[in-house]
Amino acid sequence: MTDTSMQTTATPIRRRLDTTSPEAQAAVRRRYRAEARFKAYGLLAILTAAVFLVVLLVDIVSKAMPAFTTTALQLDVAVPGDLVPPDQKYNPAAIRSADYLPVMREALRTAIPGVQGRGPERTLLRLLSPGAPDILRERLAADPSLIGTTFKVPLLLSATADLYFKGAGTPIIARAGRGSATPSGTSGTITVTAPGNDFSENLVTLKLAVAERARTLAAEAERTARGNAPNAAERANELRAEAAALAARAKDPASAEALDSSLPTLLAEINGGLVKISQLAANRIEGDVLLRLATADEAKPGDWRIVTYATPESGRKITDLEVAFLERFKAKGHVESGINWRFFTSGDSREPELAGIRGAVVGTALTLFVTLILCVPIGVAAAIYLEEFAPKNRFTDIIEVNINNLAAVPSIVFGLLGLAMFLNFFGLPRSAPLVGGLVLALLVLPTIIIASRAALKAVPPSIKEAALGVGASHQQAIFHHVLPLAMPGIMTGTIIGMAHALGETAPLLMIGMVAFIVDVPTSITDAATVLPVQIFLWSDLPELAFKAKTAAAIVVLLVFLFIMNGMAIWLRKRFERRW
Amino acid sequence: MTTVYFITLACLVVAGYIIAARRARALRPSSGAAVHSLPTYHGLLAAASLIVPMILMFAIGSPIVKQLATSSVFSFFPPEIANDPLQRGVILRDVANLLEGRYQGEPSAALRDAAASYARFFWTGRLVVLGTGIAVGMAALLLVLSRISASFRARNHFERFVLAVLLLCALVAILTTIGIVFSVVWETYRFFFDPSLKGRPTITDFLFGTEWNPQAALRADQGEIKTAYGFIPLLTGTLLITFIAILVAGPLGLFSAIYLSEYATPRFRAWAKPILEILAGIPTVVLGFFAALTVAPLIRGWGESFGLDIASESALAAGLVMGMMIIPFISSLSDDVINAVPQSLRDGAYALGATKSETIKKVVLPAALPGIVSAFMLAISRAIGETMIVVMAAGLAANLTFNPLEAVTTITVQIKTILVGDQEFDSAKTLAAFALGFVLFFVTLMLNIIAQQIVRRYREQYD
Repeated sequence: MTDTSMQTTATPIRRRLDTTSPEAQAAVRRRYRAEARFKAYGLLAILTAAVFLVVLLVDIVSKAMPAFTTTALQLDVAVPGDLVPPDQKYNPAAIRSADYLPVMREALRTAIPGVQGRGPERTLLRLLSPGAPDILRERLAADPSLIGTTFKVPLLLSATADLYFKGAGTPIIARAGRGSATPSGTSGTITVTAPGNDFSENLVTLKLAVAERARTLAAEAERTARGNAPNAAERANELRAEAAALAARAKDPASAEALDSSLPTLLAEINGGLVKISQLAANRIEGDVLLRLATADEAKPGDWRIVTYATPESGRKITDLEVAFLERFKAKGHVESGINWRFFTSGDSREPELAGIRGAVVGTALTLFVTLILCVPIGVAAAIYLEEFAPKNRFTDIIEVNINNLAAVPSIVFGLLGLAMFLNFFGLPRSAPLVGGLVLALLVLPTIIIASRAALKAVPPSIKEAALGVGASHQQAIFHHVLPLAMPGIMTGTIIGMAHALGETAPLLMIGMVAFIVDVPTSITDAATVLPVQIFLWSDLPELAFKAKTAAAIVVLLVFLFIMNGMAIWLRKRFERRW
Repeated sequence: MTTVYFITLACLVVAGYIIAARRARALRPSSGAAVHSLPTYHGLLAAASLIVPMILMFAIGSPIVKQLATSSVFSFFPPEIANDPLQRGVILRDVANLLEGRYQGEPSAALRDAAASYARFFWTGRLVVLGTGIAVGMAALLLVLSRISASFRARNHFERFVLAVLLLCALVAILTTIGIVFSVVWETYRFFFDPSLKGRPTITDFLFGTEWNPQAALRADQGEIKTAYGFIPLLTGTLLITFIAILVAGPLGLFSAIYLSEYATPRFRAWAKPILEILAGIPTVVLGFFAALTVAPLIRGWGESFGLDIASESALAAGLVMGMMIIPFISSLSDDVINAVPQSLRDGAYALGATKSETIKKVVLPAALPGIVSAFMLAISRAIGETMIVVMAAGLAANLTFNPLEAVTTITVQIKTILVGDQEFDSAKTLAAFALGFVLFFVTLMLNIIAQQIVRRYREQYD
């Protein structure tokens, strides 16, 4: 408190309060400013929470979007007539178990001719998912007459390729050659000469990048020299020498530059093929052929292009060769993306592009089913007893205090209870929805009891008294008159409790619902996992593609939660009664 | 067999209800007195009298049958195999697989005999249970049927039964608590005092040790492995993250509550309340994902731009997000207590010329203080027990530090790490998780009780 306000509060009694004096007005202004500030703090607090929520949701939805679409190659697949032995031709099981690897390899070969060597071929094949032949397989099993024919079928791309088309690759810049260019061959390591000095611009950019790297190295050298790591000086000198060499190279405009994977990739697209440049001079390049050239003829000005993959190869998950293949597929119009239905219809998988949430969703449904049929009758019955029948004594007090405390016990402790009691003492199966449901039922029981008691309390006593007055027994009055009127409130509480159970993860980790389970569970004793645990499991995986899957699973979970909470709000609005 | 039993039970119950109700309907009031109970109640009583003994019979009979069948299996194996707990498990699994036709390879003669014996015991046992169950149920039903008369007080009997069921349901809450206490206390006791346990610490080691490094010997011949069960680093880690969370959530939650209850127009309230409710409803696994993948790299990036070296699993990231989780908790509890302060107190302050914020600071908050303090204590208890955010965003290594930029671990993280995937139940490492669970349970319970006591003792009674 400041001096002026001290004076105004300390001496007003005898003297007439002078509200017009400058001091008094200043004090009033100050108090009003404090008032505005205080109010702003409150608003700011709520806005912070709101902004956090919005950022959270936007972040997760934007991370999730890639997982809801999937990319496939629409290729002409020639199914050989001898895919299955002739006598097995109408046996779907035999068709499903046939070897599709050669079929796919052949389809890829037809789409990109001229890929030579085991390495590039394998790279090409690895662009497809292990689950790529699934659609083909099902189509053949459904219609065996297609065996021996050629038809278009979508082949699922691998997660890496899929991510590439979703923007995790590299920006590509292409520029038409101004002069002519002549390749020295069509495959292997070749040189391309361009007398018009077409590559000089790239050389300049490259020199700049080299100079930049020299500066970074020099800075790092200084940092190392200042640091107190062992042999810091030695290391710093090494770095300095390296930096100096680079700087010298950057200054010399005539020398050819070697490209490596830490620099943007440069390629020459010429005569229908693609050369990855490894040595760059102003008028000629040397490099490996990624996609075979049709001829070794001279390419006219404008007929060939210099292509840059702007992200260095070491800075992305996908190699230049893979990018070249994928771009070729794209240019030929083979790439097609669609909604990722598999995400909703299949179980977990180690391959991100094949993994789905159906197993987790079914597991969640089974678990919540067990929870529901256990905790609603027990919770409502307990609430009725405590609210309507319990005598007021110590014992009832203990139960009440106990329920309140139970509501605040950390959920992981319920997991310990499940592990020690249900698994080890009673010997129930691990990872089963039965045990998960039991644990969650105990967890949400206090919530449901408290909500049901509130709902029962909200029914006016006059209802019960009227029933008693016309001769109903106490139980008849409760079960026939009070309970039906409290039902909407009880249901609202139940749904909120269930939403709570739906998002619960920690206790389920304790009882082993973390196993990797591919199959969709069919009964409450099957090993299963639930949606939140699936989210946890996926979030732990290193593959980039699983991040999107995790976010997508979160979106599904949040949608379920919003539906449940919306239902609760609707129930409250629809049936709420003011007495 | 279980299905058969319960289908029989259901059929008998329906039949019993119909017979009893029909018989009661046929009753004629004798000598002036009306029939005491409605036919429905006679029917319900009959049904209840069937259900109770039959379910009891099943609950007692099934484990006994299972026990008998299991013990019959081992008589086919030499004692050195039959007495080894590990081998016993293998044998039982083999028998189960053989009976379900999933056994791989050719079973040995002993195994085949054992399986046959198991099946024989199992099926005869189950049939005996079924037979006795039906007999007992019928006996109870006949007893009820024999007593049906105009003056029989079936409703009173049935209502007594209902009351017992209701009481039983209310007792589930108590049973849960007993179950929790029993499981954590017993395992904790073994952790400290079981003489057969290798590497168990003393209570002093546990409570005051500064190193946490639980390791389980995988084989008996592995010799000495360095283990340490010092609880202090976990405690400091938990408190550090909790402190950050409360630092975030305390002011934000309290100010939100003040604004919502004192300043906000009804329209703003109608918008802001659901936002906080949605935030409260976001599962913690989602918040953990956000903390680990978005907040932690962000903080790390900021730190780098200021030249700070921040661990990617820093306490700060976990604490911040946990604070966000707790905001709605504090704000809704504080909102309730602020709303409970009578309007007359505010009016009095306004009459003296206080501004709104002065009224809040000097009148409303002091009046609501016990409630707010208890809200904070509940929030602390919630933060200490929170698992998923810290599991996903905080570290595993037990560093004894108060630096929020470093990785720390918490009690809940360690419980999860020890118990997930580890199936061996008799190692000090596993039991350590229960000891941690005991600490967690005890601390949160204490915080709760204190919170309730504060409210009860210091609450001002107005009007």
